[in-house]
Amino acid sequence: MREKEQTGEGKFDMLMKIEGLSVAYGTIRALDDVVLEVMPGEILSVIGANGAGKSTLLKTITGITKPFAGTIVFNGMAIHGARPDKVVKLGITIVPEGRRIFPDLTVKENLELGGYPITDRALKTELFDLVVTTFPRIKERLKQHAGTLSGGEQQMLAMGRALMGNPKLLLLDEPSMGLSPIITREIFSLMRLINRDRGISMILVEQNAHMALEHSERAYVLENGRVTMNGLSREVKSSPGIIEAYLGV
Amino acid sequence: MELLGYIFQQCINGLQLGAVYALIALGYTMVYGVLRLINFAHGDIFMLGAFIAYYLLSRFTLPIYVVFVLTMICTALAGYIIEKVAYKPLRNAPKISLLITAVGVSLFLEYFLSLKAVFTPNYIAFPRPFEVEAFDLSLFTITNVQLIIFSITGVSLGLLYLLVYKTKQGTAMRAVSYDKEIASLMGINIDATVSLTFIVGASLAGVGGILYGIAYPQINVFMGVMPGIKSFIAAVLGGIGIIHGAVLGGFIIGLSEVFVSAFLSSTFRDGVIFVILFLVLLLKPTGIFGKRIDKV
Repeated sequence: MREKEQTGEGKFDMLMKIEGLSVAYGTIRALDDVVLEVMPGEILSVIGANGAGKSTLLKTITGITKPFAGTIVFNGMAIHGARPDKVVKLGITIVPEGRRIFPDLTVKENLELGGYPITDRALKTELFDLVVTTFPRIKERLKQHAGTLSGGEQQMLAMGRALMGNPKLLLLDEPSMGLSPIITREIFSLMRLINRDRGISMILVEQNAHMALEHSERAYVLENGRVTMNGLSREVKSSPGIIEAYLGV
Repeated sequence: MELLGYIFQQCINGLQLGAVYALIALGYTMVYGVLRLINFAHGDIFMLGAFIAYYLLSRFTLPIYVVFVLTMICTALAGYIIEKVAYKPLRNAPKISLLITAVGVSLFLEYFLSLKAVFTPNYIAFPRPFEVEAFDLSLFTITNVQLIIFSITGVSLGLLYLLVYKTKQGTAMRAVSYDKEIASLMGINIDATVSLTFIVGASLAGVGGILYGIAYPQINVFMGVMPGIKSFIAAVLGGIGIIHGAVLGGFIIGLSEVFVSAFLSSTFRDGVIFVILFLVLLLKPTGIFGKRIDKV
């Protein structure tokens, strides 16, 4: 753990700063010199085609994948190469791709696992109340096995589970995957509600570029492991290359 | 009436043996749950438990409950060290390397401990910590040894249930055995959870070793081999990785062995267990409580 990063020039503190991040699987370069910054309280989207390195980026932030070069500084601490459970304890939780809830455990047990790193009982209760009020459909099913939930409910459970860890930064990996447009819209509006009410920063990784740009303030475009563009989502949205490559029409 | 009494008597004897198998099978199944490893050294931990208890009883003449606690601590430590030294460095190696290492650890324990300077290669008599008394219940008799085995096994299973289903560490264990990666993303320390699993499994095997020594008071460094294999089969029979499956499997194996000895011939007692294994692998490879395997 290193000392607080110097932010210099009187800029407001960054929540996370990634510099020169490079990851390889064998000889295949999955991420190449990625630079990315997350501001407190913002929703940031990362869009790109299949295999562009979006999921690798999240896996590297959480510590599942180790980078061979580059740094990730979160809240003043260097976290690149740290064990996943340490990263979680610092305040980064994830809603993983495909949800990956524990189907044989009850909904309540799933949420309790999300709150595993929290030792303060009062805080745990507060987070639990927050989750059940945000996701009333989850509240009705606390005693059910998580495997019996519908896809949309499982997505909400995965989000609730991630919130139980009291994150400062929430990572969402393809939250719209396999969901109907109506449920997707519901999920995204809940995501924005949480962002607004709790001020939790989010990195949203999506193949559905249209939805991602709609619901984020800033966006990064990944192509073959490199950041090819970044800026305000509405600017990225109207840039000709992006419209052609990701937004169809 | 006499036959009925005989059957009852064999049931009691079978449950006595099954209780020991159940205690050992739990260690196999729990370790398999978190590491997908058949820990072949587990039967030797059981043997180690019997030997530690032997030394504590014969050299120090400690009261039996102290012997239980100290033995459990020692076997737990042995399980912890084996995992750290032999298995942890292979966490990301192919599963077959881990399996071969487990066989190596097992052989090392057996042959190292059989040295004259360590334990002994010979059979030795396990000291009786108390006089055996039999209670005649008209239909069958039950001994105080059997009552002790049943009650200690019951208490151990109860404590294990509380640990696995009612504590944070137990929930972590279940999460790790379901999906290590996602468990680590919940903030669970995988290494600590794996260590805890070995500690719990080895202390249960230690209890099994003492109970076995009390019930069948001849011990030897190779005494863990057959009970180890049979308990492993018990775990497979119940559904490997499933805790209550291991307990049920242990009792089924114990009862089968005793009934085959009583009604067929004691020469078949080991053979029948392998027949059970073949049948399970042929008919329901996932075991009694096992689910369809739909994830790789």
